[in-house]
Amino acid sequence: MFAGRARPGEAVIKVVLRVAAAVAMVTTIGIVFALIVPAIGFFREVPIFDFLLGDRWAPRFADASFGVVPLVTATLWTTAIALLVSVPLGLGAALLLSEYATPGLRKTLKPILEILAGVPTVVYGFFALQFVQSTVFREWLRLDTGAFSVLAAGLVMGIMIIPTVASISEDAMSAVPMSLRQGSAALGANRMQTSLRVVFPAALSGIMAAIVLGISRAVGETMIVAIAAGSQARIVGGPLEQGQTMTGFIASAALGDSRVGSLEYNTLYAVGLLLFAITLTVNFISIRLVRRFRQAY
Amino acid sequence: MISLQDSLAGAPTMPLKTGETPRERRPAPMIFLVVLWLSLLIAILSLLTLIVNIVLEGGSRFGLPLFTEYPASSPDRAGARPAILGSIWVIGVTAVLTIPVGVAAAVHLEEFADKKHWFNRVIELNVQNLAAVPSIIYGLLALAFLALIGVRDKNIVIGGALALSLLILPVIIIATREAIRAVPSEIRDGSLALGATRWQTTWRQVLPASVPGIATGSIIALSRALGEAAPLLLLGALVFVSFDPNGLLSGFTTLPIQIFNWTGRPQEGFHELAAAASIILLGLLLLMNGLAIYIRNRYQKRW
Repeated sequence: MFAGRARPGEAVIKVVLRVAAAVAMVTTIGIVFALIVPAIGFFREVPIFDFLLGDRWAPRFADASFGVVPLVTATLWTTAIALLVSVPLGLGAALLLSEYATPGLRKTLKPILEILAGVPTVVYGFFALQFVQSTVFREWLRLDTGAFSVLAAGLVMGIMIIPTVASISEDAMSAVPMSLRQGSAALGANRMQTSLRVVFPAALSGIMAAIVLGISRAVGETMIVAIAAGSQARIVGGPLEQGQTMTGFIASAALGDSRVGSLEYNTLYAVGLLLFAITLTVNFISIRLVRRFRQAY
Repeated sequence: MISLQDSLAGAPTMPLKTGETPRERRPAPMIFLVVLWLSLLIAILSLLTLIVNIVLEGGSRFGLPLFTEYPASSPDRAGARPAILGSIWVIGVTAVLTIPVGVAAAVHLEEFADKKHWFNRVIELNVQNLAAVPSIIYGLLALAFLALIGVRDKNIVIGGALALSLLILPVIIIATREAIRAVPSEIRDGSLALGATRWQTTWRQVLPASVPGIATGSIIALSRALGEAAPLLLLGALVFVSFDPNGLLSGFTTLPIQIFNWTGRPQEGFHELAAAASIILLGLLLLMNGLAIYIRNRYQKRW
């Protein structure tokens, strides 16, 4: 730490660097204020319990109603379907890469997963609507479904999230010390038993963090649901029904030009605040879980 | 810290290969391995299906007119020229805004910050959190910011670039920090021992050594911004743009927004156009990711 004596100009540089780092903090504060100020305006006109518990979402009707429950049910459906796809497949891929694959094979397979993660969500949305919903569900399987469904959006969203779940849980599995595996093998276990009973439990908090981050991505994903899930805000009763999610509402309401400060404008921010609160909670859980698995060994 | 793993260096990491010993050849372990392979194959097959589907749908419309024509009410005459130029403008401005700030923030956190100080701990937590905030929230932020400073025409290049910059800033900070951390401390100690100041050490030793890592991270972050549509939707980038963007305050649309627009039209011809534009977007992203991987493999120093 006994560096050469700092020159006067370097004090300025240090301040500049600190200011750059502070941009991250300013952004967070900006987000919180940008969401809360219009949301307060919204809750002056709409009681908070009517918002959180009401089951009719019709902000643009003459007899407007602001119950967010229909949007939440659609988000729950797409998120649950996405997790049903991405958690088993992502964990399977992670176990294969960390416990079975040779370094050479890993080097080929990981870039493929990275490409899967890099496909723009609007392209996934096009795929969900044009191929999964319209070609597979309606033409090939002749399912009883309309132009949109939460199932098509959720399935494709699940594929999109596989790389997230796979790469974070693979990190956690690779961090399990080799001695545990060798001990397990020495006691006569085969690789499957070692994977399931030694590596998996040891990496559990990292795996949970991966799943939690997957939830956060599914809840916040916009373009896939805006394109393929539907645009009518009704309580979703089954996977083949269409439904508008929270993000889907924000995206579609953004298309109309709403005046700053109007109830319509404030509604966007009330839903945005709810979305931010959900993902923030989920992210904190994820960060805590990752810290725990880092401390484990 | 020396772990058992290190002390066994040289020994085979895992002496058993599946199928080589009787206990690996029983039905259950074999089925388990098949299931693991299936889960990866389903992911890869989905990617292939998506690419084949896009190419089949859009292949016939992929040609010069797509790059040179303006959007039109008839799918036969429409092209994505303003969207392509808009994407270039927005991503260019985003890069200029974000990379210096992101690198400076990372340098502060890695080389200068007192990690125990509350200010730096709050920033650390912030960066981690911001990386997982839904992209559409950044659109709401940019919309509120433009309203606050009284900009009436919100669909402008600088507004879109601002939203995307804040979106990818955490990605660039995290990647740069990793690149800086990978520079061994001996390099710093050597430089400091010769009488250099902290800043001279950072500027002349640490940063040049971490340029490949920073470049890789920045390209990947920019490719994410290139494919992003949600925050720009909120700024009204979906409006019909039939002119070339020509400055920071110019109206714009981008490729992902154009794809979204065409996907939502009822006519089949527009869906083909959406697929054709998706080919451009996927091609650009593959190119950028390929470049990032190339830089990583070619220039990254092994210490």
